[in-house]
Order: sequence, then structure tokens, then C-alpha cells
Amino acid sequence: MEQGKRKVQAKNLTKRFGELLVLDDISFDVMEGEFLCIVGPTGCGKTTFLNCLTKLYDITNGEILVDGAPINCKKNNISYILQESSAMEWLTVEQNIQFGLGIKRMPAGMKKERTEEMLELVGLTEYRNYYPKQLSISMLQRTVIARAFATYPELLLMDEPYGQLDLDLRFRLEDELVKLWQKTGTTVIFITHNVEEAVYLGERIMVLTNKPTKVKKIISCNLPRPRDVADERFVEMRNEVTELIRWW
Amino acid sequence: MRKKEFKYYLISIGTIILFLVVWYLLSDVFQVFRKGMLPGPVKVARSFVEKLSTKTPDGNTLFGHIGASLKVVLIGYIIGVAAGIPSGVLMAWYQPVDDMVRPVFDFLRTIPGVAWIPVVTVWLGIGLKAKAAIIFVNVFVGTVVNIYSGIKQTNEVQIWVAQIFGAGRLEILFKVALPSSLPYLFTGLKVSLSMAWLGIVAAELLASQSGLGYMIQVARSLGRPDLVIVGMLTIGLIGAFLTMALEMAERVFVKGNRK
Repeated sequence: MEQGKRKVQAKNLTKRFGELLVLDDISFDVMEGEFLCIVGPTGCGKTTFLNCLTKLYDITNGEILVDGAPINCKKNNISYILQESSAMEWLTVEQNIQFGLGIKRMPAGMKKERTEEMLELVGLTEYRNYYPKQLSISMLQRTVIARAFATYPELLLMDEPYGQLDLDLRFRLEDELVKLWQKTGTTVIFITHNVEEAVYLGERIMVLTNKPTKVKKIISCNLPRPRDVADERFVEMRNEVTELIRWW
Repeated sequence: MRKKEFKYYLISIGTIILFLVVWYLLSDVFQVFRKGMLPGPVKVARSFVEKLSTKTPDGNTLFGHIGASLKVVLIGYIIGVAAGIPSGVLMAWYQPVDDMVRPVFDFLRTIPGVAWIPVVTVWLGIGLKAKAAIIFVNVFVGTVVNIYSGIKQTNEVQIWVAQIFGAGRLEILFKVALPSSLPYLFTGLKVSLSMAWLGIVAAELLASQSGLGYMIQVARSLGRPDLVIVGMLTIGLIGAFLTMALEMAERVFVKGNRK
């Protein structure tokens, strides 16, 4: 629905691990400021796609461009929330949140301001001096989310970030994510296997096939926000996506 | 929690008292061993106090011997650690260095420390330098192995996070790999320190003119089992003290991910 410029372009993206073909000639664009959800079965190469995008994996064929150029993590302001917990055990919650800000050489004042804002956002202000070992899984994930948001990224990549959270917190963080996205105009690529989550969050939903992964369909989802999971059109949209998934 | 800690503390003290009582019963009360072979705790304590100020029969006070042994150990240890840490880090973090050095290192590390004694004596004689050199070899190998495996075990996901935030390779080393490998490093430091301490005593038993090992050797040849035991207990105490000092340092430097 955004008619702005292209933020991310995937062209004929192909990735093999030895003989195994994981991504098969995938092409699509993500517009600037767009919220794209990617749904697909577990192990279908969603994570591989993000890892190719951020150059963690080499691409076998094709290319991925950010702002028309190959990605450069030193120039592009990117945050990636991985599936596995990635909090640094030797840093406190507060220091973990500041990790990206430190690498990006933010001035001390801004660092402090952002830290307070993020602690507040994820509700960890009281636990700022705790080490990861002392936290529950859900608190760990909130720390990692706060760390990713703290840099106000232009491109936010999320790989099933809320999979391990309890339902209540998950709803809250989904709403916070939408708020943050609206406020900062960041481009979000959000991977999930939860159809309802995808319909709740996404402006477009990209459905992937099973391995070797292709794009099955890209659906525009322009329901008004805040979205209501009980709304008729919401249910309709959810059923449409679920129907696509039933193919596997 | 506090109460529990106190209870464990009492148990430890109890064990020490029990040990002393059994020792006392075996030596002074029942005299299980031939007369003079096992002096009792009272006699040993008296010899200990006496040895603090007398230089007979081995030419130095207890502190003199402690100083002599510690000096050699610390020189070898500090140089070994100072050389071992950067070497291990370079090997673990830069693949070409690893490819180049590893074959030689893997070969050399299998040679036990004592096997170096003959060749080192030829090169450096039997003085401080020679003993420090043997300690150095042991500590160096231990430190390299530990920091190497510590850095190799850095969580890949954490490296990715830093990389995507835009950190370069050197920054990732200092902000992720090194802090995450600190617990391994400290384990290595503790193990090499106790090995260095064991090694020095062994070396002094063989060839020396001072040090705790030398003191024990002289006492043995003069038939002074009380002094032998004083020497043994001192070695144990100093070893425990050194480990404690490192554990305190560990508590200061290793946060959140202590093993």
C-alpha cells in the first residue's frame, strides 16, 4: 500500500547448502516503511532468507539489495531479533540494551535516554541490573527486543521473536511493535508461523511454500488499525492465509 | 541463605578439627608409627613457629624459603600468562595464524613439562632462570589451550548480533568473544597456577639451594620429619592462598557468566 521507494529488493535469490536447495529463485520487493510478514512451515528456509539478507550466509545465486546497494551493516542501521536467545550473559539487562548503541557510537546522553525508554517499554526497569542468568525466558526475550529497538533501526528483521512469550505479553508487544513501527517509520520484515499474528501485524503477507522454498503468494492486508481479531474481515483474511497454508 | 552458609562453614571447621584429632591420636596417644617417624600436631606447630625465625638446618627461615619458591613461580607464571593470552587469542580469532601455528603447537603441547627439565638445564643451568623457564612452558601451554577453546566456543548467534549492529572483527573480539571466554580463561589461570606451584616444589626437590622443596629435602636427609611436615603444610597453605587470590580476581572480572 505504500507507494514509496523500494527498501529491500530480492532478485532471483537462490541458496543451496551443498546438494540441498533451500531457496529457489525468490524475487520480491519490500517498500520503505512497510511491515511485511513472512509465513511458512517450520524449516522452510525463512531463517535462511534473513541470514542471506544480512550476509550471515553467502548467497548461491541472485542478489539482495537494501536501498539499491548490497547491504552494509556499518552503514545501514539494521536490527535482527533472532529466534534463539542472544542476550550477552556477561552484561546486565541495561548493558545489553545499550550493546547496539555502543557499537554505533551514540553519544552518552542519547544512550541513557534510549535505555530508559526501552526499559520502560518492555517493563524491565526494575530488573535493569540483573544478569541474563537471573531472568526468565520471557524477560530475556524482552531484553533482546529492547536492544533491537533501541537503535531505532531503519530495517528491523524479526525471526519468530514472540514464539516463546506468554500470550498476554505477546499481545502487548505486538501492539508496541505496531506503535513503534508507526512512530519511527521503520521497515519491518517479520517471520512467523502463526497466521493470526501475521494478519494482525502485516501490511503484506508473503506465504512461502515448503522446501525448496518459493513465494506462493503475496497478500495485501490493509485492515484498519488497531485490528480486531474478532472482526469479520480479519477472520476472512485469516482463513484466506490458512487456506494457502493447507496446501502443504 | 546466610544461615545455610554458616552451617557449611561450621562443617568445614569440624572436618579440620577431626583431622587434627585423628592425627594427634595416631601419633602422640597410640604411637602407631615407630618413635619419631610421625611427629604429632603439637610438635609440628612448635617447629613451625620456631622455623619462622631460625635459619638452621637449611640456611634460611620459612619466609625465606617461601619467598624463594614464590619468586620463581610468579616470574614463570606471569610471563607464561602474558605470552599465552595473546597467542591463544590470535590463534583462535585469525584462521591463518591458527593454520600456521597449530601443527607445531599441538606437537609441542603433548611433551610433558618435566621432559623439558634436561634440555632447559643444558641451556640455562639450574638457577632461577631454568626453573622459571620450565614453569613458563607449562603455564604458557595451559593458558593458550584454555583461552583458545574459550574463544572458539563463543556463541555464533551473539557474534551475528554484533556484526549486524555494524561491529568490525576486532570490535567483536573485544565486545563478544573475549568477555564470553573469560570464565574459561580463569579456569585455565587457576589450573596453571596450581600446576606451577606443584612443579616448582618438584624442581626444588631435585636441584636447588633454597625454596620449600629444598627445605623438605634437607629436613628429610637430617631425619627431621617435623620440618618435612611443616614444609608440606606450608606448600598446601600457600597453594590455597594463591587459588583464593585468583578466585577473588575472578569475582571482580567475571560477571553474569561465572561457571
